[in-house]
Amino acid sequence: MNRFSYLRPGDVRGAIQEIASDPAARVIAGGTNLVDLLKYDVERPTRLVDISRLPGLDAIEATPGGGLRIGALVSNSTLAYDDRVAEHYPLLAAAILAGASPQLRNAASTGGNLLQRTRCHYFYDTGTACNKRDPGSGCPARTGVNRIHAILGTSEHCIATHPSDLCVALAALEATVLVTGPDGDRVIPFDRFHRLPGDHPQHDTTLAHGEIVIAVELPAQEFASHYTYLKLRDRQSYAFALVSVAAALDLDGDRIRTARLALGGVAHKPWRDTAAEALLCGRPATADSFARAADVILAEARGYGHNDFKIGLARHAIVRALEQAAAGTPQSQTDKRIR
Amino acid sequence: MSITLDTHVGSPRSRVDGRLKVTGAAKYAAEFTAPDLLFGAVVSGTIAKGRILRIDTAAAQTVPGVVRVFTHLARPRLPPDDEDYQDTVAPPGRPFRPLFNDRILYSGQPVALVVAEDYATARYAASLVRVEAAIEPHETDLDHARPEAYVPPEKRQGITPPPKQRGNAAEAFAAAPCRIKNEYRIASEHHNPMEPHASTVRWEGDGRITVYDKIQGVMNTKEYITGVFGLKPDDVRVLSPFVGGAFGIGLRPQYQLFLAVMAALDLGRSVRVELTRDQMFTFGYRPGTINTVALGAGPDGLLQSIQHEAVAGTSRFEDYQEVVVNWSSLLYHCDNVALDYKLVKLDTYTPADMRAPGAPLGVFAIESAMDELAYALRIDPLELRLKNQAATDETEGKPFSSRELRAACLQGAERFGWSRRRPEPRSMREGRELIGWGMATGIWEAMMMPHSARAILTADGRLEVASATADIGTGTYTILTQIAADTLGLPMERVTARIGDSTLPRAPVEGGSWTAASAGSAVLLACRKVQEKLLACARGLDGSPLANAAIQQVRFADGKIELITDSSCWMTIAEVMQTAGLERIEAEETAEPDAETMQNYAQYTHSAVFAEVRVDEQLGVVRVTRLLDAIAAGRILNPKTARSQIIGGVVFGMGMALTEETSTDHRLGRIMNRNLAEYHIPANADVPDIEVIFVEEHDDKANPLGVKGLGEIGIVGTAAAIANAIFHATGKRVRDLPITFDKLLA
Repeated sequence: MNRFSYLRPGDVRGAIQEIASDPAARVIAGGTNLVDLLKYDVERPTRLVDISRLPGLDAIEATPGGGLRIGALVSNSTLAYDDRVAEHYPLLAAAILAGASPQLRNAASTGGNLLQRTRCHYFYDTGTACNKRDPGSGCPARTGVNRIHAILGTSEHCIATHPSDLCVALAALEATVLVTGPDGDRVIPFDRFHRLPGDHPQHDTTLAHGEIVIAVELPAQEFASHYTYLKLRDRQSYAFALVSVAAALDLDGDRIRTARLALGGVAHKPWRDTAAEALLCGRPATADSFARAADVILAEARGYGHNDFKIGLARHAIVRALEQAAAGTPQSQTDKRIR
Repeated sequence: MSITLDTHVGSPRSRVDGRLKVTGAAKYAAEFTAPDLLFGAVVSGTIAKGRILRIDTAAAQTVPGVVRVFTHLARPRLPPDDEDYQDTVAPPGRPFRPLFNDRILYSGQPVALVVAEDYATARYAASLVRVEAAIEPHETDLDHARPEAYVPPEKRQGITPPPKQRGNAAEAFAAAPCRIKNEYRIASEHHNPMEPHASTVRWEGDGRITVYDKIQGVMNTKEYITGVFGLKPDDVRVLSPFVGGAFGIGLRPQYQLFLAVMAALDLGRSVRVELTRDQMFTFGYRPGTINTVALGAGPDGLLQSIQHEAVAGTSRFEDYQEVVVNWSSLLYHCDNVALDYKLVKLDTYTPADMRAPGAPLGVFAIESAMDELAYALRIDPLELRLKNQAATDETEGKPFSSRELRAACLQGAERFGWSRRRPEPRSMREGRELIGWGMATGIWEAMMMPHSARAILTADGRLEVASATADIGTGTYTILTQIAADTLGLPMERVTARIGDSTLPRAPVEGGSWTAASAGSAVLLACRKVQEKLLACARGLDGSPLANAAIQQVRFADGKIELITDSSCWMTIAEVMQTAGLERIEAEETAEPDAETMQNYAQYTHSAVFAEVRVDEQLGVVRVTRLLDAIAAGRILNPKTARSQIIGGVVFGMGMALTEETSTDHRLGRIMNRNLAEYHIPANADVPDIEVIFVEEHDDKANPLGVKGLGEIGIVGTAAAIANAIFHATGKRVRDLPITFDKLLA
């Protein structure tokens, strides 16, 4: 860990100034990921700007449009157990509770969850090359230990995945991200918040330096009755997803009116496929329809050796998650049985 | 000698150190401090093999607060001979010498130590050290190097090599009506104790030091330090009162100790070196092992041939050995047995003993193969094992001192409901889950080591027992307290056990499941001696009601000495001591294994493990829903801590079966999952209620207490039982641990 200055500005404007004026400044809120990165010398900031006590960012409020606005500093635990979230957006609650541990969820913030970085072994190991950590140095993961790596949207420079569970649900729920920065406020559709690695794997998101996440907004459509968050991982708790699926359906009898589908653990971003969702619309909620959706999502999937199994696993996971959603038997995060 | 210990011994007792642990009052190596303590941070190398051309420490040295940067070029004089670096657990070879020269022997090797006034400064400065190295080709892949496998030329002390072939195993195999031959593999694992390795060295002046070390035996640390640094024994005191998990990785002194002592002696100041979690992957581990097992049997299920070969990795510099294949012959009777154990040199650190070293590897192989044989013969897996039980140790031609393995199998099966199992694979199902029941047996040595202990009874009626052993979370403090309390008839609250201090009577490292037998016996003998001295004293007192009593005629109970035949004749211990004007009665005794017993009997603990799994076949999700371990381990001193020991071992076995794997990028020769997020030990959500049964077993030969040890046996058969259950559920035989999604879906 290097030496840095630690600042705790009193308001959002002040925070933005402190960040924007120093290209090597980093924002800290819950610190559940950044502190690890500091210890591993992956992040070597000159200053840490602590926003954890900024006023006005820790509320969960109804929006005029019938949705919910979640302040960036709302902890993962608070969010998961909030009555409105638990009742109206249970997909979000389920995804949060599938991740990390109670202690981590107590400390981790909503905004920070969006900005957590990949678990790629090479990214964490400054003794190896990594295009995300050190652009241009190479990607040993492509032909190395890549069991946990991406099968969709990869580039020749990076096959890392985004590790969040919460974000997979936010992608499926079509959330928006409210950010503010030196040039004012922006609203970023969730699908455009995280990016694919392409030629610039060092950038996880479209957030500019100096911008901070203020809130996440959920639209009115809740999918409270037909949803599931199915997470497959190497142990039944406290492990990142090898494949996860957030599925949400709006049914008209046994026909699908609206479908939402996003995958975690398979790409550099929560992987939502609107073509697969469109395919499901108007179809009967059957295993056959679900398998077709899986085919669409995975058409371009490719493995890199150790992670080849993820393609087949994702196919089964998509079908199962949609079946559970259709049947109204969501995946429980306490009883680990999968239905 | 026959001793009745029945008040506390044999009854469930909570840990005497439990309160200290849960309140944080128990102190561990990195929690001890000293005036003007300095902090060391280790710089780890990144290449697997080569030479250091240049180490640039300039930037590190300019950081305010940095006191010194040690490298192989900037260090005090060290003894050049390998032998000086030997420790009591070292396998044959040339022990690793930290900062000795420019050679890089493995990825993660310590290449520098930055010492600073505070830890953050040391760590920051360590990140500024730049190493330039000439890279040489390396090999870390056991499969690649397998053709180079060799029989270790020098045997490791305490490790029995495979016995010579009996009969003609290959011929008998070729002729057998039913044959099974397969390869069984186990991934390399790391111990991952909760407490990272640390040493705090307190400079006492004049070249004298006190060392708080994470170690499973203070004497090993002390002798290593005096050997390497040429210190007089009186100038080094080593303490290790609590150990936050070790599982074998605390048996040998590790490099943080060397570095902390070197820096303290050179700087004449107190120094602490604590490793990071990442650095916990830069020394010992359980070696990845490939077994080949061939079994031949008749239609009656009786074994006609056993062939079991194993190949395991070791370092270039030491021939680490453990017992992997011998178990096959110890478990089963067979006239034609060929066992073979070979090593492969890899550019890694030397493996280290890890909970039941060798046993779960070989037992996974033989117990998987026996399961395969059972299906091939259409014989119940439990029945096949019972049919083939060895009645004697056929490797050495000795009877067992005791062996209630059959009882463990039968009682375990009864309790588990094994008779309700449907024999066909894929025949049990609930919802989308296939259900499987599997079982396996386990075996581990029941050892005893020479071990000393002291007992001091004071006039206030308190008893202190002391020995330089360790409690690595096993409950040693508690059982020693129970034994001492029962011997002298005192409540446990009046007894204090002191351990983990090199000034106490000599003890071996705590390992091999021998501590209860060895330390327990030593404490028993020392307390017996105190009894005798006390009685002698009582006899001599004027008008003593015990005047003519011999030791066999009295009982020590409730703080009194009383005649067994006449309970109206008694004196309290306090009364005896006060009347005699004694401040204290002290005795030190050494317990030794009985040479004749060792010569004539084979001593082992046994287990039968039963597992239920539920497998979602489409998704490859495995849930272990029931586990039962029936144990035959002689006398159980404390059913409560004993159960904890077995549960811990079983969870270790679950990790081996399903989740634990050290992943190496062989191009880099580097371990890549060096943290507890990506190295998966089972989490609470994975672990079902584990049922433990202790089978009645009387062993009057093993040691004076009749105990056989519990630290290792819990893990031994577990992985095989789970793998067998997965086969029963799915019809898929996975012979490569851990059984993860990719293997189950393949």
